[in-house]
Amino acid sequence: QTHFLSLPLQAKMSRAVQARRLEGIDKNIWVEFVKLAATYSKVNLGQGFPDFPAPDFLQEALKRALGSGNHMLHQYTRAFGHPPLVTALAQLFEKLLGRELDPMTNVMVTVGAYQALFCCFQAFVDEGDEVIIIEPFFDCYEPMVKMAGGTPVFVPLRPKAPKDGKLMSSADWQLDPAELASKFSERTKVIVLNSPNNPLGKVFSRGELELIAELCVKHDVLCVSDEVYEWLVYDGRELTRIASLPGMWDRTVIVGSAGKTFSATGWKVGWTVGPDRLLQHLRTVHQNSVYHCATIAQEAVAQGFQRELSLYGKPESYFVQLPRTLQQKRDLLIQSLVAVGMKPIVPEGTYFLVADISEFKSDVPEVPNSDEPYDYRFTKWMMKNKGLAAIPLSAFYSEAHKNNYTNFIRFCFAKEEATLKAANDILQKWKKEKASS
Amino acid sequence: VEFTKVAADPSIVNLGQGLPDISPPSYVKEELAKAAAVDRLNQYTRGFGHPSLVKALSQVYERVCGRKIDPLTDILVTVGAYGSLFSTIQALIEEGDEVIIIEPFYDCYEPMVRMAGAKPVFIPLRCKNNGNSASSADWVLDPAELANKFNSKTKAIILNTPHNPIGKVFTQEELQVIADLCIKHDTLCISDEVYEWLVYKGNKHMKIATLPGMWERTVTIGSAGKTYSVTGWKLGWSIGPENLIKHLQVVHQNTLYTCPTPLQEALAQAFWIDYKRMDDPDCYFYSLSRELESKRDRMARLLTEAGLKPVIPDGGYFMIVDVSTLNVDLSDVDEKQPYDYKFVRWMIASKKLSAIPLSAFCGPETKKQFEKYIRFCFIKKDSTLDAAEVILKNWNKQTG
Repeated sequence: QTHFLSLPLQAKMSRAVQARRLEGIDKNIWVEFVKLAATYSKVNLGQGFPDFPAPDFLQEALKRALGSGNHMLHQYTRAFGHPPLVTALAQLFEKLLGRELDPMTNVMVTVGAYQALFCCFQAFVDEGDEVIIIEPFFDCYEPMVKMAGGTPVFVPLRPKAPKDGKLMSSADWQLDPAELASKFSERTKVIVLNSPNNPLGKVFSRGELELIAELCVKHDVLCVSDEVYEWLVYDGRELTRIASLPGMWDRTVIVGSAGKTFSATGWKVGWTVGPDRLLQHLRTVHQNSVYHCATIAQEAVAQGFQRELSLYGKPESYFVQLPRTLQQKRDLLIQSLVAVGMKPIVPEGTYFLVADISEFKSDVPEVPNSDEPYDYRFTKWMMKNKGLAAIPLSAFYSEAHKNNYTNFIRFCFAKEEATLKAANDILQKWKKEKASS
Repeated sequence: VEFTKVAADPSIVNLGQGLPDISPPSYVKEELAKAAAVDRLNQYTRGFGHPSLVKALSQVYERVCGRKIDPLTDILVTVGAYGSLFSTIQALIEEGDEVIIIEPFYDCYEPMVRMAGAKPVFIPLRCKNNGNSASSADWVLDPAELANKFNSKTKAIILNTPHNPIGKVFTQEELQVIADLCIKHDTLCISDEVYEWLVYKGNKHMKIATLPGMWERTVTIGSAGKTYSVTGWKLGWSIGPENLIKHLQVVHQNTLYTCPTPLQEALAQAFWIDYKRMDDPDCYFYSLSRELESKRDRMARLLTEAGLKPVIPDGGYFMIVDVSTLNVDLSDVDEKQPYDYKFVRWMIASKKLSAIPLSAFCGPETKKQFEKYIRFCFIKKDSTLDAAEVILKNWNKQTG
């Protein structure tokens, strides 16, 4: 056998290999910040995952499944969702939405809410379509829209000054109705709603949702409603689901997450709930991308839901206990931050909290003409010098608006008390250093 | 999706869909129990692959490939090999591209290529002996025909060895023909090697990525489901040079971000156990293959005795069977359906035995060529094969 080409020339692919759909979506903040946190941080309040254990009943469900002797749990299950899981989800959402649901056609299980979002954008967005995204937003929405060939159109939540003497609340960040209406055009295909909102913790009120719903109906737009933090709602608030508003069920896909619901982010079980006419397209994407989700994780999550259905509304329900526990942690963190001079925005929901760091400008000065927003520099400096990890708020803004809100950082408070205490110690020490300098 | 509904019926002996009904090795299940008991392992891990898993994979494959593999840059862990195929095609294939697919093919290749906006170009495996095939080795590509399929628009060829559904194990010479064309036309090779450990006596699995000039242009795909009989774990991997894998990683971070942690940890531990005994015949990679070889031989014997003509596979856990020898007349049934679809439906209804029609694995031009074949899966426990035996032994008594 002879090879005409010399070996080096043979070896390399000489032409550009990657598909154009990857343009502009190769950067990812988590890849960078997770690495940094792993290297430098002693106390990690950055990436959103609990450092406390998943509930016992979930671990036991997995143990039972493993010990059951049913080794078919290690083989493929139904592609669109393991029957016990879709059945439990349908039962739960029937309660929540007050309508009858078919587990086979109104529910689809995905690899985390992340893959559910991917299926939605792939299914509904084409080149030329516009997708409205409310800023600040969970960062994956933008690249996913772009990968589907769509154009993201951003509309900001704008902070209103809180009443005198009060801390700002996530409720003080609001859409301007006229501004929102102006973003809808004949090319608008989808609006992405995230309530409770990551990173601010905002829980959209019924009135705010009605405003969005009216525009969806008027312009015949679909709504992808990312409700992964649905159970993490504080101060006795109740979550309003946009799909339950008039005219919305038929044009909304609800996205949910076992990782957030059951504090088990590593299981990567998510779901979509919606009308068959929309879910049939999600099924098409799903069967051509991952096809099946892990069986045994679905089995255990199904049992978790069965338990919660039987305890629904009762004090022992995890859906009742988790927000109670997290609210206390939220309040602990608020105290720590206030004491040190950071100004927290009290979140109505989620396990995230955003704080204003303007007071710390003396420690970490601005660098004129830097291409990195201030909050990126601040968080990297804080990680390396104080060992405390947080995420810059501008990570949750589009490129064009990254410099609009650069004095804020996001903390995750789904952490053991020991972790929150350690964070407090770091902050107090820092405050003392500032005072004495 | 269509034929898996049939699978749910317990009165039917299901040799159709490719899933084991044998138990995975006990240590694999034990490692999952151990992993899930560690709190941190129930939360997110590294997006491109859990560190202990990519380390284990790099060690196993360094040994197999005889080259250094960087666990962080040369490997991506995905949701099954299916997810690897999707990530690879989305990363590297686009509108204007052509992708060569060898028929019969695992059915997802075509829709995935189309979803990426590209054009599938088919080339069939052809039976050497004029339709008289006793072995998967009889099915070959015509080198001139293959060369004709390559042009300046060809972005990639998808290779599947060992091959589903035929069970062919491509030889070094056959791979060299493909490699020469990839190099000559500067194309990529997507090598689906999920059945890599399931190779039977007298055959050796060759990795096209190890041929000269091929590492830089090949993405090799593997599967935990097939390696450890845990299809429901949905873990797979893509291995290749950094300049290709980095694009798959971009797709991954924009589609599902990370795979389940406890399953990856358990898989890593299972790999360490078998890596340490890769010189030992008890290594699961070899013992599973031996177990399946005897099931293969039993299946072949039963089919032959029933008057059918099996094509003995050199690898994989599927066997295709020529059913035309039975002369079952289905001409009164819906003419638009290919013969094998009609045969499988008839067999399910009248014999309570299921299989998959081979034309499901073909492009439109080739369906006629393959419609006398159906595919059986033999990674089944003894009681399932016993039940199949009863049906096959009684076959001729009932045929009317």
